Amino acid sequence: MTAPRPQPPIAMLAELTHRCPLSCPYCSNPLELARQEQELDTETWARVFDEAAGIGVLQLHLSGGEPASRRDLVELVSAARQAGLYTNLITSGIGLTQKRLQALDDAGLDHIQLSLQGTNAEIADEIGGYRGGFARKMQVAQWIGEIGFPLTLNAVLHRRNLHQLPRALEMALEMGARRIEVATVQFHGWALKNRAALMPSRDQARDATRQVAEARLRLKGQLVIDYVPADYHEDYPKRCMGGWGTSGLNITPEGRVLPCHAAESIPHLDFETVRRASLHEIWYESAAFNAYRGTDWMAEPCVSCERKTVDFGGCRCQALALAGDANATDPVCVKSPHHKALQAAAEAFAASTEDTLTYRQMIKAPV
Amino acid sequence: MDAADIPALPRGVRLHYDKIRQAWVLLAPERAVMLDQVGHAVLSEVDGCRSFGEITTALAEKYNAPAEQIAEDSAGFLGALRNRRFLDLRS
Repeated sequence: MTAPRPQPPIAMLAELTHRCPLSCPYCSNPLELARQEQELDTETWARVFDEAAGIGVLQLHLSGGEPASRRDLVELVSAARQAGLYTNLITSGIGLTQKRLQALDDAGLDHIQLSLQGTNAEIADEIGGYRGGFARKMQVAQWIGEIGFPLTLNAVLHRRNLHQLPRALEMALEMGARRIEVATVQFHGWALKNRAALMPSRDQARDATRQVAEARLRLKGQLVIDYVPADYHEDYPKRCMGGWGTSGLNITPEGRVLPCHAAESIPHLDFETVRRASLHEIWYESAAFNAYRGTDWMAEPCVSCERKTVDFGGCRCQALALAGDANATDPVCVKSPHHKALQAAAEAFAASTEDTLTYRQMIKAPV
Repeated sequence: MDAADIPALPRGVRLHYDKIRQAWVLLAPERAVMLDQVGHAVLSEVDGCRSFGEITTALAEKYNAPAEQIAEDSAGFLGALRNRRFLDLRS
């Protein structure tokens, strides 16, 4: 059977840099972080933005690390807008001054997504590992409002700050945000090292789900709430990235092109780089993008499951990390033979008294 | 939605012709809404000046269709956009 030709991608996440003033213990960057001298230069990113628009990408997410750590951020936004892309800046706010925000406005930046590590300085600065970060972020939020950028607040929640969800919703309204993402930490990369300190309890997870449902009704037409529930306490896995190689792609600071930000954790996949191949070739022809497209790669219980085109067996990286096989059913799924063990582990992590956080850190360059 | 309401696309929401898919899309924060011909026709009339009533009257004339039907369909479509914060209403 010949697989149908994939649809063009809609969204691209450009990880401009892995550098970041914060060191959140759940950072989604890989354990091995790229150094500044390995990063793509301005001209290469501009070419990649043109190529992305040329294969159908509509939404560009400028991320990191902290994208404001790139000195050429304003130039990159200009290049993205010239390419015709809708341009979204995903930032902690650290590194953005009023002047720089005005320059980003002039360059045509469409939207800002501001991360929230906690709703007060005590928790936010501890989680971000950066004293003064919360106060700085509040200042940046005010400037964003004054300029009038459309804003999404991205509250990252876990055992230590889930009780702050009501306040996070209030803050989104106070900042004039149109959207809030209520994102429970997903345990990949650095977060996997911090499961004992960050795993929410089942009750916390249920309570968050209830609060989100209630807030969606109460704030209808005022604040849109996107919700990422606590994965390990669910019975069905997430449709990761909307399905592997179906709607989005991710570029690392060095230019490797990935189907999702964690895909490099699957060691048998080889990822092409924008330095050697076009995005068109990579999206349509590369082995890595074709590896888990569609359903042909699946084994049981996915093959005969009625949900196989709903969630595509869940997350491939999580299947590898937790079941030892990237082709396996995501262990979050109730049909996975590893599901019971995962839920027991989640309960144990949630009940842990561990409170030491392993912060993300850059391994020093070899001398 | 009342006839006197004035719909407007807020900052960060815009119509875009997608050359690759050969279709109109509504670009919004972290979302892209693929538009059919009707959706594009309605949004093309939204200019932040004219009222909902004026827009549906114009559409009814342009497409030679019953104004009540146009108003009902447009209100449903625009109301859904408003709930997603992709559309503002001024009165």
